[in-house]
Amino acid sequence: MINWIWMGMLVIGFVFAAVNGNIDSVTKAAFDGAQTGVTVSFGLISILVFWLGMMRLAEEAGLLKKVAKLLSPVVRFLFPDVPKDHPAMGYILSNMSANLFGLGNAATPMGIKAMQELQKLNPDKETATPAMCTLLALNTASITLIPTTLIAIRLNYDSANPSEIVGTTLLATAIATAAAIAADRWYRFRTFHKAKPPGAGAGLSTDAKG
Amino acid sequence: MLSWLNVISAWSIPIIIAFIPLYAATRKVPVYESFVDGAKDGFSTAIQIIPHLVGMMVAISVFRASGALEFLVGWTGPFLQSLGVPSEVLPLGLLRPLTGTGSLAYTTELIRAYGPDSLIGRIASTIQGSTDTTLYVLTVYFGAVGIRNGRYALKVGLFSDIVGFIAAIAVCLIVFG
Repeated sequence: MINWIWMGMLVIGFVFAAVNGNIDSVTKAAFDGAQTGVTVSFGLISILVFWLGMMRLAEEAGLLKKVAKLLSPVVRFLFPDVPKDHPAMGYILSNMSANLFGLGNAATPMGIKAMQELQKLNPDKETATPAMCTLLALNTASITLIPTTLIAIRLNYDSANPSEIVGTTLLATAIATAAAIAADRWYRFRTFHKAKPPGAGAGLSTDAKG
Repeated sequence: MLSWLNVISAWSIPIIIAFIPLYAATRKVPVYESFVDGAKDGFSTAIQIIPHLVGMMVAISVFRASGALEFLVGWTGPFLQSLGVPSEVLPLGLLRPLTGTGSLAYTTELIRAYGPDSLIGRIASTIQGSTDTTLYVLTVYFGAVGIRNGRYALKVGLFSDIVGFIAAIAVCLIVFG
């Protein structure tokens, strides 16, 4: 699917530019886009270096395991196929809590670290495991308690009540996350049910959250 | 409420970066060495993401600059308008899964143009805050570990974007409408 979307955007973009007579814009956009990609990656370096260092400390101090134990029922439900005291669990939880508090630039490094730990459990290094897909589902829906950036922007434009969108955002994000978890469970069930008997009853309780 | 939120957002990161080394030190972890050791991985991870991100950004950028995105927005606008949804927020639904900076810029523009306390401003804020940039998350997370076959992850992400978009509008129409 990603192959089709990628190619589709390029080809449709080319056709539109040709028809609209602004073919020049394609060249510029392509190189601008490439530059943005590199700029964003370089922007990630500082954040990744810093947070991965911090996370190493938390891991060696046993802090991650502690956090993982604290909230393990939720994560056990979402990631039935990750061993209980695997380091991935701690990173997944740190990632989820960072998202929850709107700490986007801390959530990404922790999510990447969780991904790397999950990759260690992956028998086929080029194909995503169900646990990886679940982690992505949680992050694309990104359940957020406090949309900090938005509140700041609203404050900037003299909103009478900048934080009035906290409630609506929370409700919308909860619905989106519930939908993501349900869809993830459904695909997980469909993909793996036929291949082998499901290990942890995946797909039985799809909407326990929300 | 707001001052409470401000306090949380101002204090949470400083507390984390003070607490982790302190806790690690009590566990006899050599804090500085172990920080540097973990931090080393950050650079290579970021470098590994470059090709994925460049590929995706080029496609998105071409798609936008060619006017294809605009066309898509104009074509679906009247349909949404007939449901009582302000057509101004529609581009946001299409931008949100594709580009984080693009949709944030568009949200800011809507807030500036219509006011943060208008229905459009509120809906835009809610949409922007309620989901993340699916394509970016997918590219960065899978790119970092070299996953090529993402299975159903993209479908799940886009599905939750649609649900989040509709939910944000519905909730705002009920609460503020």
